[in-house]
Amino acid sequence: MNLLQKKFRPVEFIIEQLIKSVSFVSFAVIILIFLFVFREALPIFSQKEKTVPKEELQTGSYGEEPTIDLQNQTSNLDNQSKNKDEATIKNLLGNEWQPVGLEPKYGLRPLFLGSLKVTFIALIIGAPLAILAAIFSSLFAPKKIKEFIKPSIELLSSFPSVVIGFFALVTLATFLQNIFGYTFRLNAFVGGIAMAIAIIPIIYTITEDALNAVPKYYSEASLALGASKWQTALFVVVPAATPGIFAALLLGFGRAFGETMIVLMATGNAALNSLNIFDPVRTLSATIGAEMAEVVFGDVHYSVLFFIGSLLFIITFIINAIAEFYVRAKLMKRFRGE
Amino acid sequence: MKKIILVILVILTFGFIYQGKTITIKGSDTIVILAQRWAEIFMKENPDIKVQVTGGGSGTGIAALINGTTDICNSSRPIKQSEIEKLKAKYNSNGIEIKIAIDGLSVYTNNANKKVNELTLEQVRKIYTGEITNWKEVGGDNAKIILYGRENNSGTYVYFKEHVLENKDFSPAMQSMPGTAAVINAIAKDKNAIGFGGAAYAKGVKDIAIKKDKNSKAYLPLKKYILTGEYPISRFLYMYTVKKPEGNVKKFIDWALSNEGQKIVEEIGYFPIRKIK
Repeated sequence: MNLLQKKFRPVEFIIEQLIKSVSFVSFAVIILIFLFVFREALPIFSQKEKTVPKEELQTGSYGEEPTIDLQNQTSNLDNQSKNKDEATIKNLLGNEWQPVGLEPKYGLRPLFLGSLKVTFIALIIGAPLAILAAIFSSLFAPKKIKEFIKPSIELLSSFPSVVIGFFALVTLATFLQNIFGYTFRLNAFVGGIAMAIAIIPIIYTITEDALNAVPKYYSEASLALGASKWQTALFVVVPAATPGIFAALLLGFGRAFGETMIVLMATGNAALNSLNIFDPVRTLSATIGAEMAEVVFGDVHYSVLFFIGSLLFIITFIINAIAEFYVRAKLMKRFRGE
Repeated sequence: MKKIILVILVILTFGFIYQGKTITIKGSDTIVILAQRWAEIFMKENPDIKVQVTGGGSGTGIAALINGTTDICNSSRPIKQSEIEKLKAKYNSNGIEIKIAIDGLSVYTNNANKKVNELTLEQVRKIYTGEITNWKEVGGDNAKIILYGRENNSGTYVYFKEHVLENKDFSPAMQSMPGTAAVINAIAKDKNAIGFGGAAYAKGVKDIAIKKDKNSKAYLPLKKYILTGEYPISRFLYMYTVKKPEGNVKKFIDWALSNEGQKIVEEIGYFPIRKIK
């Protein structure tokens, strides 16, 4: 008998395959989620034939009629045949988001602008803080301080976003308005600052990892050549880790772009088409979060919301994919000296 | 071993019997507090019937009714034509509408806004469509009006748009808040704010008296004015079922519409559909 030949063990084989398939499940889940979200969005691409306005349908009633007569209760808005309820490309590119009305307007531009505005404010405020904190704790801080800073920043990421949003809505908004004195209490700026709290831990953690991944001999060589500690950090270690820091920024961007609860609570949710950071904004994600619960299922509006969902999915997916695959590969390549 | 199986079987059977008597109610977040209160008291009086109430929104409730996953759906807006069509296609029934309570919609401002105490419907409309943007145009201080409202799919938003705005679009500068409580909270903190929502919620903000037109009297959203219809912005709250209610569902709805049920409506802060004897 050949001792080297592997004996076939059925139980082991099954378990092996099981573990393999488990690792594929998360991948399959991502694909399925996308497929189902996209399927719901599909109807806006296939223009339905206009149905001929039917006779008015009346519900039956039950219980005694109220003795109180409220004037004009019938819903004239929904029951008229909406002759222009279509999500054409032109409508989707419009400047107005008024999805409920006689002539619904599904302009995504203000929503897109809103998402970008909040995301960039969050990055401008959060990224320098997070990157500097990472540089400090990775390269300068004594061990004791480092052991305190790292977990406390990472603890920040376990904050539920509702809590951050609530904090922004109740406390931060008033505080900032008193300082800056702008007209709208809730605006992109408040949302951006609250969002910065949410993305700091992400950027911090990944930047720190990237800095720690820079081989020790880089800084040892630099110090041996007579460079000071901060020269080493700024001109040797940080440049070596740039792809990693870039990845951190991208992941932070992805998180901020898709985050819902914070913006829903703190930005005022008005779909304005303005570049002023002190105006209220309505983001793509907050729009879904706010409107999905009450929309008529299967309506054009419903499909448009799912279309926004697909858009968000694609954007965050692309950004995360760049961060994961491209940048990391580059980083590894650099350190292996290939 | 046999004993354990027997116990499990018994539990399962009871579970099924129990389930058979469950009434599920789903829908509008405006009504959910009221429905829950009804359910609690109804279950105390009828221990053999279980009533399960969940929120999620009027649209969600009606969708659940169409899909057959709920017995009763709560809605703060009348059912839409497209939804009736779906019901008809699936059950060959147009659905049954039950008016369960009246909700007065109030227009609120910050307590610090001392000068503006009453507005005509037309002024409210112009403020919300963006034609009037400064408080001084309606007799207040020289300050920009900050608009707050509800999300565009809430029954409140739709009602306001139809009956106050006469189907004109809301100004894009209106900030939509998730829920009436959030509107109140925002107005309480913002001295130039105006907002609208259920009259039952107005704590810490000021109600504005509303005039139908320039020459009529201004009325605050108080019970006596809402029930006479003199206060102009109030609406019905609804329940919908697929077919005419029978059995336990009928029992529950009849009870909710009875004097006892309607008293609870008042305790919650809405208004009964008729005068309680």
